[in-house]
Amino acid sequence: MIEQVFFFYFACVIAAASVLVVAAHNPIYSALALLIMFFHVAGLFVTLHAEFLAAVQIIVYAGAILVLYLFVVMLLNLRHDDRYHRQWPMAAAVGVTLVIEAVILTAMKGWATPVVATGTETTVEGTSNAGTIGDVLYSTYLFPFEVASLILLVAMIGAIILAKKDLGEPTES
Amino acid sequence: MTVPLSYYLVLSGIVFLTGVIGVLLRRNIVIILLSVELMLNATNINFVAFSQYLHNVAGQVFVFFALTVAAAEVAVGLAIIIALYRAKSTINIDEFQLLKW
Repeated sequence: MIEQVFFFYFACVIAAASVLVVAAHNPIYSALALLIMFFHVAGLFVTLHAEFLAAVQIIVYAGAILVLYLFVVMLLNLRHDDRYHRQWPMAAAVGVTLVIEAVILTAMKGWATPVVATGTETTVEGTSNAGTIGDVLYSTYLFPFEVASLILLVAMIGAIILAKKDLGEPTES
Repeated sequence: MTVPLSYYLVLSGIVFLTGVIGVLLRRNIVIILLSVELMLNATNINFVAFSQYLHNVAGQVFVFFALTVAAAEVAVGLAIIIALYRAKSTINIDEFQLLKW
């Protein structure tokens, strides 16, 4: 019962904040709504017994990514302009199609049946959530982990190159 | 486990749909990137919910990788936005119709 109360609170705030991200006039309001959404997703992770990911969600998303967004928004000093794109009929068509598809699929399949645990790497009882993730990450997923570090390196170099001012031939305008 | 898995899937679907609509509808490139973040978070909710319900920790590891890719995407995307702003001094997406100028 208490889990359902927490879930519905988090779900309502997440849905409302995500709508606010898309609908807000000011980009700063959008970013702050996204911050609220990140915190509540972290709370949802805690109710799902993924405490390590909840902490990482707050540290990386709310602490690093969102600060970067706010920094760029304030650096560019954006004016308010027209919010919506001219292709809104297409967006409405895609949205209505996806909603209808979701409703049809839900009606066809009904609600999910209880699933049985078939995983190969089951969570080890007695160790913490972070310990379990560390065990799996450094044994089974060691190669993807190294590739992820390579992705971060490439992204860092790419960001520096892209944001550098005098690169290549100087533009005349 | 009193909350069914379907509830998490419905929530994730709502958030993902909001992100798709934001990408299609908004003209500000920063808001479009924020909408992409919404979609990534929707998939993260799915991953963690399935990881909990299948008692398989691999889902949480994949959230970890999705987070890495999101960080890389933000760094490169914001660098591109700054470069675009330098070139045209606007980030309205209607102004960027040419591949080269």
